[in-house]
Amino acid sequence: MIRFVNASKRYSSGFDALQNVNFHMAPGEMAFLTGHSGAGKSSLLKLIALLERSSRGQVIVNNQNLAKVPRRRIPYFRRNIGIIFQDHQLLFDRTVFDNVALPLIIAGYSRHDIAKRVRAALDKVGLLGKEKKYPITLSGGEQQRVGIARAVVNKPPLILADEPTGNLDPELSAEIMGLFQDFSDVGVTVLVATHDIALISQLPYRTLTLKDGKLINDTQPAS
Amino acid sequence: MNNTSRQRDTQHRPNIVTLLQSYFIRHIQVFFYSLGQLSRTPVSTLMTCLVIGIALALPTGLHTLLKNAQQLSGGWESTAQISVFLKKNISASQAKNLKQDIQRWPDVLSVHYISREQALKEFQDLSGFGNALKALNSNPLPSVLIIKPKLSKTNEQATQKLLNKLTNLRQTDKAQLDMQWVRRLYAIMNIVERGVLILGLLLALAVLLVVGNTIRLAIQNRRKEIVVMKLIGGTDAFIRRPFLYTGFWYGLFGGIIAWLLVSFTLLSISRPIEKLTTLYQNQFELNNMSFLTTLALLGLSILLGLFGSWFAVGRHLREIEPQ
Repeated sequence: MIRFVNASKRYSSGFDALQNVNFHMAPGEMAFLTGHSGAGKSSLLKLIALLERSSRGQVIVNNQNLAKVPRRRIPYFRRNIGIIFQDHQLLFDRTVFDNVALPLIIAGYSRHDIAKRVRAALDKVGLLGKEKKYPITLSGGEQQRVGIARAVVNKPPLILADEPTGNLDPELSAEIMGLFQDFSDVGVTVLVATHDIALISQLPYRTLTLKDGKLINDTQPAS
Repeated sequence: MNNTSRQRDTQHRPNIVTLLQSYFIRHIQVFFYSLGQLSRTPVSTLMTCLVIGIALALPTGLHTLLKNAQQLSGGWESTAQISVFLKKNISASQAKNLKQDIQRWPDVLSVHYISREQALKEFQDLSGFGNALKALNSNPLPSVLIIKPKLSKTNEQATQKLLNKLTNLRQTDKAQLDMQWVRRLYAIMNIVERGVLILGLLLALAVLLVVGNTIRLAIQNRRKEIVVMKLIGGTDAFIRRPFLYTGFWYGLFGGIIAWLLVSFTLLSISRPIEKLTTLYQNQFELNNMSFLTTLALLGLSILLGLFGSWFAVGRHLREIEPQ
């Protein structure tokens, strides 16, 4: 699903965010991406979501070499990735329903389908019944779950999460991680960037560790 | 992607008919959504539309006035007439004979005789110099034959020939073609027309800039929304659409305001103009913009709104990328 081959990212300032990163994630696999802030976690996710392009090496996602995706195809490529952000990136002038429906509207689903799928996604994250509320009236954990519902509503084969539990207490964090596990169980590839070592250590998943832009550790869970 | 999830995806992806349907529904939604967005900030929307309306009303109003003036003066060319001032020693009966002579000429439509007494009376009535004239011992005015040539409009040479013929009559003191001033008026109107065109172009450019700047601000205000759209796979066309429709609405409302401004202005000056033309013994009615002119105004104004927002969106949408 995701393959990095000697991928490097150097910014125009000369800063090397990633250096010769190599790894492969199979479809349906779930993994954590960890490391100190500034280690390159966000840069790595940005390369996968084509928010940035690698300076050297190859990034292959969903059998597509990202270097060969032209700018105008990027939106269609991103529709296959559900992205979850630490700051949720919700639109506060729209209801929960409208926020979650956005990817479906963009993809051109019918109204009937949209309503059905949005309810299903909200049900999945336990927010059914809050669809008419505005995100500002929800708690941090609920907002994050709206963000997750939006990321999974069009059933993408790949989910990227950037510090999804950054602002949440351990109990809520575990709940969110439980959701990711559920998605992984139904065949979705999930990559979660987090520096919450305590949380990772409790969960039986592969962990990729970055340090100064280099992949220094790739541990499989003891089975 | 494994096989089962691929199957599941293709099953649930919208097919081409649904896509087309939702494309049109989406357009209609955005059409009204952008209108709703504008109605949320009525004052600033109204101000923008007013600026557009005033900018467009100026050249439109001038154009309409010019069209009226052209229509009014269009009749004058055919009424070109030659005034033949007769020598003072020509008596009234001689003049009448001459009138009948000339009337039989093939290139003459009609001849109207104004005697010296009639001329004096008319001059006294109309010029306001009546008392001054009374101080004179004798009537200083000659008798005049007013001659309307046939086909003068289409054949200028024939008119000139007739003029020469009349000048060479032994009874003629002076023959004068009353066309010169009409030609001058046309020349002036041509210049004015050119000026209105240039003014119109400049103000159209101003409208483009106004709409462009307004849309640029709207884009800045909705920066976050644009970022989110881009993150979840919104195409440029999708993100551009509401702004283009906003430009459309600005253009439409600006055009309507321009139409109202011109119509009310014309209405308010039509009475004084009517008075003025009756003073010139002329029947003239000030016409409002024709249906076609109105359509052209609205169409042009909508196009300016669309282009203005297109430029702004093209310039600024690319700058906003998710970080």
